[in-house]
Amino acid sequence: MFPIESFHTPCSLEEALDLLQKTPCQALAGGTDILVKLRETLQAAHLIDISALPELCGLSLSPMGLLRLGANTTFAELVRAPLVSAHIPVLAEAAEQVAGPQIRNLATLGGNLCNGAVSADAAAPLLVLNAHLLLQSAAVKRRLPLSDWYKGPGKVALLPGELLLAVEIEAPGYSHVGAAYHKYAMRGAMDLATIGCAAGVRLGVSGPEQGCITEVRLAYTVAAPTPVRCPKAEAAALSIVAGRVPSPDLIQQMLAAMAEAVPDDVQPRTSWRADKEFRMQIIQTLAQRVTLLATERAQLLSAVKNS
Amino acid sequence: MLKTIHCTVNGKAHTLDVDIRASLLEALRAAGFTGAKQSCGVGECGACTVLIDDQPVNSCLYLAVRAEGKHIRTVEGECQNALSPIQNALLEAGAVQCGFCTPGIVMSATAVIEQSTSPLSPTQIRHSMAGNLCRCTGYEPIVRAIQNCQELGSHAPQGPCQGE
Repeated sequence: MFPIESFHTPCSLEEALDLLQKTPCQALAGGTDILVKLRETLQAAHLIDISALPELCGLSLSPMGLLRLGANTTFAELVRAPLVSAHIPVLAEAAEQVAGPQIRNLATLGGNLCNGAVSADAAAPLLVLNAHLLLQSAAVKRRLPLSDWYKGPGKVALLPGELLLAVEIEAPGYSHVGAAYHKYAMRGAMDLATIGCAAGVRLGVSGPEQGCITEVRLAYTVAAPTPVRCPKAEAAALSIVAGRVPSPDLIQQMLAAMAEAVPDDVQPRTSWRADKEFRMQIIQTLAQRVTLLATERAQLLSAVKNS
Repeated sequence: MLKTIHCTVNGKAHTLDVDIRASLLEALRAAGFTGAKQSCGVGECGACTVLIDDQPVNSCLYLAVRAEGKHIRTVEGECQNALSPIQNALLEAGAVQCGFCTPGIVMSATAVIEQSTSPLSPTQIRHSMAGNLCRCTGYEPIVRAIQNCQELGSHAPQGPCQGE
């Protein structure tokens, strides 16, 4: 038995937000983090089941190219969704590496972000896709860049009474972007990342920038107290390749510059999983390896589109 | 506090009065479906795996009250008059030792067999079975059993069900 004092099943988003505002309730989506925490505590919880609220469910693409991923989307659904594999396959790549099949069938994208875990597999890919979060309370609806979401280990910018409705990704976040994710972990499954790394590379599609790298994005999990983007490594990359057609030599120079700059973007720590020196080694190695894969994917994308 | 839920277990309609604090695993076991096992209790071992609407989940991390309207399958339902093809394949491959993980293995493997459109490689099978721990067999016979079952398709010989 879990220490649960009350269990509410609101019929509408309004009812759920009203309950969240008036009572010290916790929203329950997949439950795979919350119930594990409840096993370890004696303090009874008041739970609100948000899993059936339509505003939090489903995936869509607007005519303007805005991708909307409902917070209740499970990792298994992300792996299977045609919309994800067509536009943001890097998220499916990360989703497939979360825990094991049984957890992926329950655990949700929204839960993964609201939990605030520094190892959240969804965080690094969404950071390089410039994702935004759609949040709503009884009084206010707001939109927040994911880069402003994390406040500390296990701490996020979710206000009391607020629900995460959806993750939104605008077209510039994913179109003409090749992206990749690598989870460095001790086991092939059922493990948290020792370091998670995502990279995104955007190629110019027309004019003088056609075929040139116009953006390099790099993000990590477990490399700092929160998931982080790496502005210094990204700037170092662009200082080498901006405005030039990337030859294999130039790409190698770019990767070397990123590996050199990235230590200033991160603060890995020592834990039982790994020492900070080892983590730094992985961070520098993955900066190169994952960005190279993202670059190759971006080039492949543009080759397919131009053929 | 009790709440009444309506669901099907192994194809039969059930009305269960469940404690809001209970996991689906606890509710199933209280209702006599003791095939699924309580082990780690935190979703790491897979011994409690059941299928909800044909998807494997850890029933220890699923509140019983959320099973309203769901179709639940447990290991008891896989053995109707004879062993299911995957049960038979596990038996043939010697993939059962102490047997504690086996109900969960059967349910995960059943989902793998039902959902794969073409035979999976050993690597893919391991990825699909990564949520089930087995401390006896070393996994090789389990992977082999699933491979054998895929190759045989539905023509697997059916052995007698124990206790029948």
